[in-house]
Amino acid sequence: MSVAYRKPLPVVDSRNRPYWEALRRHELRLPRCAACGTLRFAPFRHCPACGSEDTEWPQLSGRGTIWSRAIFHQVYFEGFRDEAPYNVVLVQLDEGVKLYSNIVGADNAEIRIGRRVEACFDDVTPEVTLLKFRLVD
Amino acid sequence: MTRRELSGVVAVAGVGTTKFGRLPGYSAEDLGIEAMDLALADAGLGRGDVDGLIVSRIPDYQQFCEMTGLDPRYVQITPGQGRMSGSSIQMAALAIAAGQCDVCALVYGNNGRSAGSKYGGEADRYGGAGGSVWFPYGMTSPGAAHAMQFERHAHLYGTTSLHLAEIAVAFRNHAVLNPDAVMRQPITVEDHQNSRFIAEPLHLFDYCLINDGGVALILTSAERARDMAKPPVYIRGFAQASALADVYVPPEDFWRDPMRRVAEEVYAMAGVTRDDMSALMIYDNFTPTVLFSLEGFGFCKPGESGPFVAEGQLRLGGRFPTNTSGGHLSDSYMQGWALNVEAVRQLRGECGDRQVKDASHVQFMLGSPIVSSIIYGKDPR
Ligand SMILES: [Zn+2]
Repeated sequence: MSVAYRKPLPVVDSRNRPYWEALRRHELRLPRCAACGTLRFAPFRHCPACGSEDTEWPQLSGRGTIWSRAIFHQVYFEGFRDEAPYNVVLVQLDEGVKLYSNIVGADNAEIRIGRRVEACFDDVTPEVTLLKFRLVD
Repeated sequence: MTRRELSGVVAVAGVGTTKFGRLPGYSAEDLGIEAMDLALADAGLGRGDVDGLIVSRIPDYQQFCEMTGLDPRYVQITPGQGRMSGSSIQMAALAIAAGQCDVCALVYGNNGRSAGSKYGGEADRYGGAGGSVWFPYGMTSPGAAHAMQFERHAHLYGTTSLHLAEIAVAFRNHAVLNPDAVMRQPITVEDHQNSRFIAEPLHLFDYCLINDGGVALILTSAERARDMAKPPVYIRGFAQASALADVYVPPEDFWRDPMRRVAEEVYAMAGVTRDDMSALMIYDNFTPTVLFSLEGFGFCKPGESGPFVAEGQLRLGGRFPTNTSGGHLSDSYMQGWALNVEAVRQLRGECGDRQVKDASHVQFMLGSPIVSSIIYGKDPR
């Protein structure tokens, strides 16, 4: 890979580091409250459900369902110009949490609400791996 | 004091709007000042009468007071988010009812067009800064979030882009009758369908405008308003609710639950029902928001808003003429503020070719993570 990666990169900080380090190992891990068991996407210090600071980072199945999708024709980021129109999906993981991502290896017309997906891991730079999904049904 | 007793206690005495469009060289403060002076003149008042001030989208209330020579008893500022329009007006009504001020100027100034405001990309702060976490996937902009909500609605209920087109065309037809509107060229359903996709399934004509302008309203007690230059327009009901806890993704219910609660409260406070409404002002940042609001506020059943608008209900001459100014889609992107002014002007009978005959009650509805509604009446009760 000699071409520089031109899309926006995540801002990794002390709160979200476990998430990004897990992705580099090709594992999906999200914060879960050790007190009440509520899983969340955002790595807030306190559990929004009960206020506990006691957080664990379990590994998830990586399986889910497309909750919705949009096809971006407008180019908001230069790094996406060559791929437009590109897909963005909102995936609901089987564990309940929703997150935005992209479907890889499918035409935009195939990307529909209700389709089953599974996680795949895109090593976009030596430091950063993004969580993406592919269709499985 | 019960909520019912607050109905009709506060009135709008003056409204003012600047020119809308591209107004280079004017700051948000400049536009707000112009609108405020117009609204005060409309009420037959001067700056010296103002003892309450709420500014919105104007970044600095302190500088605004320096620029206008105001020393209000009551001062507040709200962020430049459309959802704050309804909340700010409710805040002013409560401050007047509680005696914290007698004449409250609500002042909104927006120089976003000339200043190059962006609602997607690196500068996107829709609802806060949290959205940047999705930039690596190319996810950005309130429009894309609404596109996903609409895609979901279409999946569940069979709603189509043609239903959205009906909204865009109806509001454009209203703007054609409004000499102050930014977009006055008529459009057809085909024009809507042929406009380019931004975040598919939404087309360009599903999106609001971005333009400069200022809006102001002068609120005072109903009693005092009766002595002013224009007939008072009474604030008969107001309510709000939120769906903020899981705001990083669109709501499962299209904001139906907070809207239902707001509807119940606002009609009870105003002592009227949906059937009493002469016109509706629905926050139209994107066409799907109009559908969600009609369902959430009970104008049609859940999932039936597409066929409901297809009957032409929102057009002038329909059962509920909506956004008679042209709304955000075709009049001006004044983030809810100008829709409230249009409600007042309709009830005063000042709307010329777009006037709804014998307008008695107009309802403002705002669908967003903060839902709000205000019912304006020609009579105090
Ligand atoms: Zn907890």
